[in-house]
Amino acid sequence: MRPRARSHPWLMLGPSLAAWILFVFVPLGLAAYQSLFAWDMLTEPEWVGAANYAALAEGGELWRILGRTLGFSVLVVAGSMTLGLLLALLLDRPGRLFAFVRGAIFSAYVVSWVAVALLWVLLLDPDRGVAAAVLRALHLPRVGFLSDPAAAIPTLAGVTVWKITGYAMIVFLAGLRAVPRSLHEAAALDGAGALARFRWVTWPLLRPTAAFVATTSLIVSFQAFDVVRIMTGGGPARATTLFVYAVYEQVFMNLSVGKASALAVVYFLVLCVLAALQLRAWRSRPPGTRGTAA
Amino acid sequence: MALAASGHAGDGRVTGASSRRAPSWATVLALVAAAVWVLPYAWMVVTSLKPLDEIARDPTAPLPARPQLDAYREVFAQLPVARYTLVTVAVAVAIGLLQIALALPAGYALAKLRFVGKKTAFGLVVACLLVPPQVTFVSVFLMFAKVSLTNTFGALVLPFAASALGTFLVRQALLSVPDEIIEAARLDGASELTIIYRILAPLLRPTLVSVFLVSFVYHYSDYFWPLVMTTDDTVRTLPLGIALLKEPGSGVRWHVVMAGNVILSLPVLALFAIAQRHLIRGVAGRA
Repeated sequence: MRPRARSHPWLMLGPSLAAWILFVFVPLGLAAYQSLFAWDMLTEPEWVGAANYAALAEGGELWRILGRTLGFSVLVVAGSMTLGLLLALLLDRPGRLFAFVRGAIFSAYVVSWVAVALLWVLLLDPDRGVAAAVLRALHLPRVGFLSDPAAAIPTLAGVTVWKITGYAMIVFLAGLRAVPRSLHEAAALDGAGALARFRWVTWPLLRPTAAFVATTSLIVSFQAFDVVRIMTGGGPARATTLFVYAVYEQVFMNLSVGKASALAVVYFLVLCVLAALQLRAWRSRPPGTRGTAA
Repeated sequence: MALAASGHAGDGRVTGASSRRAPSWATVLALVAAAVWVLPYAWMVVTSLKPLDEIARDPTAPLPARPQLDAYREVFAQLPVARYTLVTVAVAVAIGLLQIALALPAGYALAKLRFVGKKTAFGLVVACLLVPPQVTFVSVFLMFAKVSLTNTFGALVLPFAASALGTFLVRQALLSVPDEIIEAARLDGASELTIIYRILAPLLRPTLVSVFLVSFVYHYSDYFWPLVMTTDDTVRTLPLGIALLKEPGSGVRWHVVMAGNVILSLPVLALFAIAQRHLIRGVAGRA
């Protein structure tokens, strides 16, 4: 039995709740409300109903932004998870070299996006960049990493993967460490090779970790803004205008609070749907059948 | 740096391989990975040490012919680096401390107290995890603009005062603290606030250090929020200042931009080298 607390629990939650109400829930509601007005922050807001949403959907701009952002996210999540898992398996070894490499990879996650974005603008510069020099040396055609609309999204995704793979790796390493060694030894005694042991021992136990990494990196990739603003400014030809940048553009360049809010609302709903879908996908298999379906 | 990474402590445990010695292919691959992640940093430093004419003539020369610190002088001449750094560190420290101060009582209530609506309260915390600042910034900006708080310290700090993640981690850590400690303190007549800040906080030190460090690193480096909430120089932060070094039209002088990059990254990399263990726990501990 716990004695009763002398001050009310809601009082202890009070300061945090107040901050969340003021800076999360009220702004969310406000965004939904503002999305129904046309407002340029100079004149009076004017009620337009769902016109902002209609305008965004009509020209197809909304779907293009959504498709672009989803494509970018798929590249980032798939890339950073695959690479993070492979690196975790590779570097989960004793010794100073492996510890150093783990630290080096994770350090990119810690360094500012600004620094990473600026650095890669230089590395990928078509005239002065190291990447261009490597392509020239290999007699490969010139690639406009940031100037070719078809290449720009994969390029930004690549830079993002470089930045956040350390995160996936660290979480996978923690997951690997939780796999009991005795299971590996038992499997090895039964004649299972390294691949079989990964498939039947490590991976089933790593699935919850993988689900966690997938969800968090999806949310991170959906928030991409710094790389866009610094590396491409949304271009070329709007090819890299991802969701957050589109909202930013609407409010600070087009001075359209209504459209920006409408985009923010859609952005939030998409985020909710993705998180729910992902949770369902990862939970759909009951624990007893884990790893049995290919 | 980075030798004590992630608590291996030389226990010789190898996942998925029975030999104690790393095979040579693993060493080779590890070196390749090291090159992919370390060489870009090296390039940043090399470029920052080159004079402008060398960059113009041979931009991909692996080493500067005449290394010099002109680019750094230029950064300091162009930007009030000291002031920007001070503002940035003050913002990041204030956010980290506030998050800890608020997460402790909230996490305590969620972990150790029974009350009506606890599930709802916990649900709210999880819901907040789902709403990134990128969703709310338009409304928050307009709210701050309405009360003339844009371009203030408060606009950079207050929206992050309560951390859903921090609250969640404090709650998780408190779940493993025995109730007897709290009961004994109550019998001694300690108030709830004394219990939270004087008795439990020291027990949670590792968690609190991780929460602070993760928050510090994030907000020290943050570009998005300061960009949106500031329109002038009063509370400009270092990442914003450094990004300004590469403005279109000014003719990009890469040695200066990279010098700015080094100035921006070094403190975080140093902090990382010192406190890597705590940072990794803070990041991996969410799983």
